[in-house]
Amino acid sequence: MKALMKKLMVVALVFAVLPAWAIQVRDDRGVTVTLPSPPQRIVSTLPSLTETVCELGACQRLVGVDRYSNFPASVRSLPQVGGGIDPNVEAIVALKPDLVLMAVSSRGVERLESLGLKVVALEPKSAVDVQRVLGVVGQLLEARDAQRVWRVIDAGVHAAAQSLPPKAKSMRVYFEVNQGPYAAGQSSFIGETLARLGVQNIIAAELGPFPKINPEYVVRANPDLIMIGARNADNLAQRPGWAALQAIRDKRICVFSPEESDVLVRPGPRMADAARIMAHCITKQAR
Amino acid sequence: MPDQHRLARWLGALLLLGATLALLLGAGVGSTGFESVLNASSDPVAWQIIWDIRLPRTLGAWLAGALLGLAGAVAQGLFRNPLADPFLLGSASGASLGVAVALALFGVSPYATEWLVRLGLTGAAFAGAVGGVLLTLALAKGVHHTLRLLLAGVIVGVVLGAVKDLITIAVPDILQAMQAFMLGSTGFVGWTACGVMAATLLPAMAVAWALSQVLDGLTLGEATAHSLGLPLAPMRAALVAVLALATGSAVAQTGLIAFVGLAAPHLVRSIVKTTHGRLIALSALMGGLLLMVADVLARWLIAPQELPVGVLTAVLGGSYLLWLMHRRSARGGFL
Repeated sequence: MKALMKKLMVVALVFAVLPAWAIQVRDDRGVTVTLPSPPQRIVSTLPSLTETVCELGACQRLVGVDRYSNFPASVRSLPQVGGGIDPNVEAIVALKPDLVLMAVSSRGVERLESLGLKVVALEPKSAVDVQRVLGVVGQLLEARDAQRVWRVIDAGVHAAAQSLPPKAKSMRVYFEVNQGPYAAGQSSFIGETLARLGVQNIIAAELGPFPKINPEYVVRANPDLIMIGARNADNLAQRPGWAALQAIRDKRICVFSPEESDVLVRPGPRMADAARIMAHCITKQAR
Repeated sequence: MPDQHRLARWLGALLLLGATLALLLGAGVGSTGFESVLNASSDPVAWQIIWDIRLPRTLGAWLAGALLGLAGAVAQGLFRNPLADPFLLGSASGASLGVAVALALFGVSPYATEWLVRLGLTGAAFAGAVGGVLLTLALAKGVHHTLRLLLAGVIVGVVLGAVKDLITIAVPDILQAMQAFMLGSTGFVGWTACGVMAATLLPAMAVAWALSQVLDGLTLGEATAHSLGLPLAPMRAALVAVLALATGSAVAQTGLIAFVGLAAPHLVRSIVKTTHGRLIALSALMGGLLLMVADVLARWLIAPQELPVGVLTAVLGGSYLLWLMHRRSARGGFL
């Protein structure tokens, strides 16, 4: 009887203590991942996830990143484990991580799991995703202030929108993602930030997040302002029909440096910075 | 001819020896360098790197290369065309389309997730590759007319490629994952994938070997092959099936790896003149060795980073073929 009581006590104790240790999250594949304790050696193969980990104050727990993660500066000295589309399995395993953060679309998620690693796959695409991913990563890291971090980011976007002169609100903007030409639609992360700033996106909502458009579409819509990355910004006026565009004639073009483009296109914790970069340019051009 | 037979045997032995050496080399090369081998007995992670990552991927590279080499030799014999490639019958574009469809469904429909997880992208690629070949055969109305078959293969390749592009434009979210698939890589091959490829290679090799005399007959022309009294139609259909299955399972495990299937039979023929039975076996050995060496190079060239092996085979295989063509045309022949 005494022995049984002892056993029961042990079982009860285990059950009482277990929830405090085990961390359980559901990732974007719908897979429930259980970690025995907060991860201390993290590999991230997506720049926005790297930034999220650092934003939550766990930068020192990162032991490896992908070759595109370049912010904050401290991650540049970490070992690189390939890219999102070609992660280096051996390099990741060799770092002995207790957590690997990857994009859902990344290759090798199953392979790494079959080698016994804990993989959480997340795919931030929109502002809502940024909040959700902050929550999930915060849960993993047992960071209590994830929601506070989100409120700061959200307030930053709001402040950037408030800083715009009233004149800017009526501006019609074309944001080109690349020379396809692919545009940033209203449901894309960039489009969401534009909408928060209160400017008009010339791309119709039903075209989806990143529609490949006909250059004619831009000529017809005749935007007041063009936003474009420095890599694609050459010879805009030489595109057929574009010389007559209002934005080209008034030279209302926001050209973003590669560093700025990184901030703009990554759905991560720097979305307030992205809003500020856009707001700064819009304010300058609205004069 | 006996000389050539002996040469073929020597070549086979050399290729096997080369593969064994490359396998040992492959166990020692990777982003963590040779230290992993030295520490393997004491460090469980080093042991895992050797045993569960380097060995299966090196062996997997050999198996995938062998499948592609085998398929290449069969294709070149079947179509009596030295430029025939296992990807010729629409298998490559079919596989990419399969992956694109799977990814698009995965992103769009929540109901698709359940069976898709079970089937996986690997299954989708395999189904796509086999589907592409079947479509080509349907368009060519069977395997009788070599020219019609080749033409149908080209058409299916272009059309399926265009449909894949349409899907990527409609669902741009899958662009990243598609790109990952198109870059052929052996980096994700585990023991299971090796098992699947070995299970395809053995029967494919057996069937191709058994039917090689039809290919020998075909080199003398279709009429001669008929006059030999061989049941041409079923034998050809069986060879096309071998072609589709071998290519499909290699593509499904490693993505698109260019030129191995094209270059392996050429290399063998430039060394030894032999019958198709031996040519097929030697091409498989040659393809295996080629991809294995390319894989080791891909890991070693920019270590600790690594190149996708498909990029490397395209560059090396492409330059080799150009050189071969140049040399042959300088001598007055063409391939």
